[in-house]
Amino acid sequence: MTKRQLLMKRYIFPVALALSLLVGSISVQASEEGGLPAAGTNVHDQASLQRGAKLYFNYCVGCHSLKYMRYERIAADLGLSEQEVMQNLNFTGAKFGEPVISHMPEASAAAWFGKAPPDLSLEVRAKGADWVNAYLNSFYLDPSRPVGWNNTVFPNASMPFPLWELQGLQTAEMKPAKPGEDAQVEKLVLSHPGKLTPAQFQQATRDLTSFLEYASEPAALERHAYGVWVLLFLAFFTLLAYMLKKEYWKDVH
Amino acid sequence: MANVFTSIGDWVNERAPGMAPMYRAHMTEYYAPKNFNLWYYFGSLALLVLINQIVTGIFLTMNYNPSAAGAFNSVEYIMRDVEWGWLIRYMHSTGASLFFVVVFLHMFRGIMYGSYKKPRELVWLLGMLIFLVLMAEAFMGYVLPWGNMSFWGAKVIISLFGTIPYIGDTLVEWIMGDFLPADATLNRFFALHVIALPIVLLLLVVLHIAALHEVGSNNPDGVEIKKGPKGNRWDALKPADGIPFHPYYTVKDLVGVGFFLMIAAFIIFFAPTFGGWFLEHDNFIPANNLATPSHIKPVWYFTPFYAIVRMIPSFLGSAVWGVLAMFGAIAVLFALPWFDRGKVKSIRYRGTGFKVGLGLFVLSFFALGAVGAGITAEVIPVWFGDVDVTFWENLFGRVMTLVYFGFFAFLWAYTYFGWEKTKPVPERVTTHD
Amino acid sequence: MANEVVDHGRRRFLTATTAVVGGVGIVAAAVPFIKSWEPSARARAAGAPVTQSLAKIESGQMLTVSWRSLPVFVLNRSKAQLATLPMVDSRLVDPKSDGASADQQPKYAQNEARSIKPEWLVVIGICTHLGCVPDFVPEIKPEPFDPEWKGGFYCPCHKSRYDLAGRVFQGVPAPKNLPVPPYHFVDDNTIQIGVDPKEAV
Repeated sequence: MTKRQLLMKRYIFPVALALSLLVGSISVQASEEGGLPAAGTNVHDQASLQRGAKLYFNYCVGCHSLKYMRYERIAADLGLSEQEVMQNLNFTGAKFGEPVISHMPEASAAAWFGKAPPDLSLEVRAKGADWVNAYLNSFYLDPSRPVGWNNTVFPNASMPFPLWELQGLQTAEMKPAKPGEDAQVEKLVLSHPGKLTPAQFQQATRDLTSFLEYASEPAALERHAYGVWVLLFLAFFTLLAYMLKKEYWKDVH
Repeated sequence: MANVFTSIGDWVNERAPGMAPMYRAHMTEYYAPKNFNLWYYFGSLALLVLINQIVTGIFLTMNYNPSAAGAFNSVEYIMRDVEWGWLIRYMHSTGASLFFVVVFLHMFRGIMYGSYKKPRELVWLLGMLIFLVLMAEAFMGYVLPWGNMSFWGAKVIISLFGTIPYIGDTLVEWIMGDFLPADATLNRFFALHVIALPIVLLLLVVLHIAALHEVGSNNPDGVEIKKGPKGNRWDALKPADGIPFHPYYTVKDLVGVGFFLMIAAFIIFFAPTFGGWFLEHDNFIPANNLATPSHIKPVWYFTPFYAIVRMIPSFLGSAVWGVLAMFGAIAVLFALPWFDRGKVKSIRYRGTGFKVGLGLFVLSFFALGAVGAGITAEVIPVWFGDVDVTFWENLFGRVMTLVYFGFFAFLWAYTYFGWEKTKPVPERVTTHD
Repeated sequence: MANEVVDHGRRRFLTATTAVVGGVGIVAAAVPFIKSWEPSARARAAGAPVTQSLAKIESGQMLTVSWRSLPVFVLNRSKAQLATLPMVDSRLVDPKSDGASADQQPKYAQNEARSIKPEWLVVIGICTHLGCVPDFVPEIKPEPFDPEWKGGFYCPCHKSRYDLAGRVFQGVPAPKNLPVPPYHFVDDNTIQIGVDPKEAV
């Protein structure tokens, strides 16, 4: 074998392993939420997180807690001052150092909606950003449901749609039902426009999903930055170790 | 400075004269074959991961709360409130998965080059014991975050013992200490995970290495360097094809460590859940004894064995057969040195039948993994349209289970009846460059 | 090739460099583990300033407030109690709090009464000897531990004594006066512990 072939043979394995890990991680992340449009969230976009936080505290916190997030932490991570958070986001009267807890008593919530609205601290980690974003875009009017709303991503969800004044009202066009089966939703149409255009609303849900993604893992804000340095350091170390090995192995070959 | 070290060395030497010879016997005068290739990195890497798991594990216990009410919250507390807690936790969770990656490759290396064969059967058996304890360790660790997958995983795996006739139900209650996985279960798993099993693991690792150094390492040519000519540049009486482990393999392993750490760091910092494979989505939902996750599956490293349980139907009114098959899948690995009667060790000089057989065995392992992880159930309708998914999945899984066990039966017949046509094994190790 | 002359200099240099870089890596990797012992975000949030109303603490009475899990004594000193302070000066280690105990209080409480307003004493009730919580013994009468007792704090662990300004007596194990935490008056009847008057502005 030529020297080049030998080199190939020797390094093809680690390179292949590294590449397959890389490709694997990307492809599984892309395929796991099969079929849902990509949410396009970016937790490093601080303006988006701020807008998302605003939406969350105006429309969601009435029912859904973020029990693992403190107002203080949100302020620090989103680049907001204590005053901004306490005046613009905190409507529950909680202290700055306290977690985000909804004021809705669990028992009555369970009575109103069938079950207590879940805490959303880890929603994006459990369901994926694409799912959350698609869910927020897929509410439609359905008089047959107790709260008057249904959802194509999560059929028969027991949640009313708090963002309707922003998105407007969606209604469903049904496919003709096969005999013996329930009718399926063909597509959703905006029958009554809201305050936002469809493009603006999509941006709004993307912001909200970004905020929830951040809330699911606040460490995500910092780990990428550290990761780059760690990898650079390790590459340097590996290079040195490789030169050292080469030097010692002159004795052997 | 040098004088201080020398006098400390002398001081220790006087009081423990056995230590320096022991160091030499295992490091500077342990002669390893000089033709190790890439497959020989994984032993030292497994040791590295073990150390990582112990160190990060110790720091996780400092903030973890082993109670049904507090476990999930305490993990999120570590992830969010403890300074750098997220890094320590990701190092531990990524380390767990990479442990299995490394150990699977290490085992495959052993099979490929016949490292389980005489005189290394004991090394293999101790290694298999490590693997068994590691599986128990990983399972119990997986239960500790007390997410919904932890809970249901615990329930399903413990229920495996319920299939044992007569004593099964009692045994399940005894393991759980309750009628469902609960506080008692979590507490005993915690104790076993952080104290008992790590001690056993460390002991087995010491024995594994001691047993290896007794007989000496195998190599990609499967040649016994101790039986070859004597005399190398370090020692006239030692094998000509051996080189001192230190410094040659310590510096070489350091390169492997560097590469490995880069892969690990990439996962830890950029894809810590690895798309739901290392940390599963449903495990970010707290344990709920009233709602089973829609896709209940173990972590990826258990999926091949889990698939075997699922593929064996119950008969004679008992589900014990699937469980027996699963444990059998590990038991046959223990017995590998006795299935394989071949005299030639390395795949380089073995017959085509062995190569094909091993290839199919690896294929069946991946295929069963895919079945266990639910990939086949997802892929079949996409590729083949409107078919009976369960039927085809079961057929596929059962064929692959047969291939898995078939490898061992074939290997025995192939070598016992002398069907294997081997190539001549060289006198000495071949070095390619 | 095995006969090639070994370049020992290069070998030593590479060994040293790799060892140093590897050592730096290990030290850097140890930092997160060491830092993980620092007070967590939850502990720091729980250590947030505490606001306490003074309305119900009558003259001569003391209230213990928890701040960062520490007992903070809030004492409303009467005229008579304040009058005892100069009387014990000669028996104290550092009556003016400008010697050994110079760091035991913020500048704004470095005075005879060790307080912002003379009648209100705010000190952390942790003995400066080994960390016990001293008892509040306000009566001016001979005590077994001190026949000339003018009121103050007495630590049951090792018999350290402090006067009504938290100043430590001579001849006891405790070396320093009781520490005064940062605090300020939100209004006449409310204090906030944990925030200096300057920061509060």
